Amino acid sequence: MSSAREAAAAVVDPEIRVVTIADLGILRDVEEDPATGRVVVTITPTYTGCPAMDVIRADIRHRLAAAGHRDVEVRTVHSPAWSTDWISDAGRAKLAAAGIAPPAPVRRDGVVPLTLAVRCPRCGSPETAQLSRFGSTACKALWRCRACSEPFDHLKAL
Amino acid sequence: MNNPLTFTFALALGDDALIAAQRLAEWATRAPEMEEDIALANIALDQLGAARLLLSYAGELEGAGRDEDALAFLRDDREFRNCLLVELPNGDFAMTMAKLLVLSAYQLPLYTALAGCADERLAAIGGKARKESAYHLDHAALWVKRLGDGTEESHRRMQAGIDQVWPYAHELFVAQPQAPVDPATLRGEFDDTVSAVLAEATLTVPESGWAPGGGRDGVHTEDLSYLLAEMQVLHRAHPGARW
Repeated sequence: MSSAREAAAAVVDPEIRVVTIADLGILRDVEEDPATGRVVVTITPTYTGCPAMDVIRADIRHRLAAAGHRDVEVRTVHSPAWSTDWISDAGRAKLAAAGIAPPAPVRRDGVVPLTLAVRCPRCGSPETAQLSRFGSTACKALWRCRACSEPFDHLKAL
Repeated sequence: MNNPLTFTFALALGDDALIAAQRLAEWATRAPEMEEDIALANIALDQLGAARLLLSYAGELEGAGRDEDALAFLRDDREFRNCLLVELPNGDFAMTMAKLLVLSAYQLPLYTALAGCADERLAAIGGKARKESAYHLDHAALWVKRLGDGTEESHRRMQAGIDQVWPYAHELFVAQPQAPVDPATLRGEFDDTVSAVLAEATLTVPESGWAPGGGRDGVHTEDLSYLLAEMQVLHRAHPGARW
């Protein structure tokens, strides 16, 4: 029986299949009661209306069942609110390798907003432009590289 | 019922978000360009997400066994507590952007205030939804400026859109001193946000005058009945249907 945490952390995001829910910061906590074997997994949505949440809950149950954990509860919390700052460095690297530009650090109140160029995940050029403020999923916007002309997804800073 | 005031408040906010989502979704396949089609559908999805959280919580507070689906699909028009603004027909694209500007300039300070309120559940919902509202506001402001400060025709239609929705903003800020957040306290920030956008868009802030209301008491325009008929027909025809 592998650890419940490892099993839950290995669940991939159903819409961006190169990263896991642990990489994205969707997985908040995994607690296993050593006496009863009961596992409580706590997750948080990226966006309130994210349609992937039901699939993520089902995938967590399947993964844990396959790892020998039968008594599983998946809890969804909304506070503290998910932020793209929770995406791990490994997650950012995986996104970039898959052609999705990772988000810039989130703009905080009271700090002078500094606009960092979104680098093209294909050629690395900072000569990029936003094509559409919304993209293929709630968490992404559509950009294009002026240097290599490739369009690419960009995870919006939230 | 545990807390009737919080129930009414959560229900009203949930209904605002639900009806706004339904109206925005009507734009699917009809927006002026494909990117905008995706944008409006995404904003609708965010509104629906907030509606689900708020209506689920309202159902729990009521304690009568009604879940989010029962509240969304099995109430009649007189039982809805949304503001009239969100049920207005979409009109042209400029009017839809005027509605979105007013709605998001109201929801952003509302959710922000909610994030700091004493009710833990509402605070969590506010903390989450305000980030999405900020993006909606940016999007609406961008279009209002682009159309307002655009051609003679786009300016004319953007001003007409603002003039049409302006009277309906009044209802959003009617004082509710006992509510978790008193909407009257948000009016200043709303006015600052909207007048800055309109100034940059070379548009005029309309005079305040006629101020229709009644949505919070369940007195709606006939437009809501048609909207509900379309939104609820499947659930009512096939109770408990799943896919």
